[in-house]
Amino acid sequence: MSQDPKNKPVDSTTPSEPPPPSPPAKAAAPPAKKETEAPAFEKGLVSQIISRFGDDKIKVAYIRPLRMKVNVDPLDMVEVATFIRDNLGFDHAESVTGTDYPKDNQIEVIYQLGSYSKDDIAAHILSLTTRTSRDDARLPTLINVYKSAEYHERETFEMLGVYFEGHPRNERFLLPEDWADLPPLRKEFRIRGR
Amino acid sequence: MEKNLEHQIDESEKLGMQIVKESEDDRLMTLSVGPQHPGSGHFRFTIKVDGDYVVHCDPDPGYVHRGEEKMCEYRNFIQNIPHLERPVIHDSANITYSYSLAVEELVGIQVPRRGQFIRAIASELDRQIYTLYWLAIYGIFLGHSTMFMWPTGDRELFIDLMDALSGARVTHAFNIPGGVRNDIPDGFKDKCLRHISYFEKRLKEYEDIFYTNPLFIQRTEGVGILTKEDAIGLGVTGSVLRASGVPYDIRKAEPYDVYNEIDFKVQYMKSGDSLARAYVPLLDMKESCHIMRQLLDKMPESGEVRAKLQPTPKGPPGEAYRRVESGRGALGYYIVSDGSPKPYRVKISVGSFRNMIALPHLLVGSKLADMPSVYWSLNYWPVEADR
Repeated sequence: MSQDPKNKPVDSTTPSEPPPPSPPAKAAAPPAKKETEAPAFEKGLVSQIISRFGDDKIKVAYIRPLRMKVNVDPLDMVEVATFIRDNLGFDHAESVTGTDYPKDNQIEVIYQLGSYSKDDIAAHILSLTTRTSRDDARLPTLINVYKSAEYHERETFEMLGVYFEGHPRNERFLLPEDWADLPPLRKEFRIRGR
Repeated sequence: MEKNLEHQIDESEKLGMQIVKESEDDRLMTLSVGPQHPGSGHFRFTIKVDGDYVVHCDPDPGYVHRGEEKMCEYRNFIQNIPHLERPVIHDSANITYSYSLAVEELVGIQVPRRGQFIRAIASELDRQIYTLYWLAIYGIFLGHSTMFMWPTGDRELFIDLMDALSGARVTHAFNIPGGVRNDIPDGFKDKCLRHISYFEKRLKEYEDIFYTNPLFIQRTEGVGILTKEDAIGLGVTGSVLRASGVPYDIRKAEPYDVYNEIDFKVQYMKSGDSLARAYVPLLDMKESCHIMRQLLDKMPESGEVRAKLQPTPKGPPGEAYRRVESGRGALGYYIVSDGSPKPYRVKISVGSFRNMIALPHLLVGSKLADMPSVYWSLNYWPVEADR
């Protein structure tokens, strides 16, 4: 949530500043280089969430054409996700994954939410993210809001060691049955010889 | 009956025998399907059957897990291409396509127009190759060996084309950040059009021998019905989603490269059963022929096919999530860059993994004999799901 500016990869971006100099061609071949202005429709979607929960709870990481990313506190995850599903129409989770940031001693878990049922947001992805401490990585599960997140959360558990409270099976999934090492997508897990 | 049983027990006890009553668990038999290819690919799932009915199903993927995502963190954006296509060697143009799109967004590369057309052609060819392979397997596991032979043979047409295009039959490493690896060879367009015309005739024959075959219809019609609401809620993708009445295709929903200039319809059906899930890929292949014709027609005659890149391209810190429509549905890459030439984190969001959740949902309550027709209709590619 509250990220200090020294957080190097990604999330330090303030709402108005899109990091890559030229996000090329979101939808079409000739790229419309929208560099400064956040697109109005996407902004409208995010402002709906903000107006419901308030500025202090919803931290906007970026708003780009077709892509939005917001960061919320773990405690608010279920509530915000329910609001997004019921009021904005993002009806399924395309993927759930995490990124390890050892410098901040945090893991960021990201839910990429998409919509099948509403045509106007069919191309949009709303990334709902939250951060948890690396030492005791625990988050509430969202499978009661997004059933589609079930296997993705299980994968996140074994790959990054994030325990999803309320998830019926925080268990091994893709890794070998006798895996007795660190969660492999944590940065301190090194591939041998590399 | 009860009395009779009690009498029998009494009699038995007199003889010094002990009767063990059957418990609920004894009725169930646990079967392990896979992972070494008895009709499941490299994928294991355990099912419990009560007589003829499946009462429990637990997928256990990971037999061919390679740690692709971790491997990405050790190589730069260009070195990552060849190993990233390993999860689906038949559809390698598509699995590197969305990777290329994401890297281009991060690094800030503009792909030349001719390059955009060629990689769309490559991705359509690979979609055909994959779908034909899937159809062959679906055919053989429903006991229809002609349906194994024909698509396998016709698949060679497209493999030949990809071979001519890229120099490799499978795993082409052809779609790369910045465009495609090389220009198309002489005479490719004519050869491609000839193959497409032939293939369209063949698709009709597939329908006659397989899709309208009463045996096939009996085994698939009304079997494993996935309703529209469930399909959306479970977040399935690709042909599984479209067979349940949701006309969603990334090429239409979020057109990438030149797809917004192409006129095509999203193919979908409403019944949501195994028959629909088998039919939608066939319709997709037909539509794909139509798309390829237009791509070949609209492609600029000359020009660059590949943008100039640094040896180790890198962009500012940031992240990108880009998707394409692969043979198995939406295929997305979420890449986080910290500004170095190597990605900080790569997540491959694949259709097979997303469709896996539908397997227990559909199998529980169905007959064991329906298992192959349900499982293979999910368009599931175990290696891709495991990554």
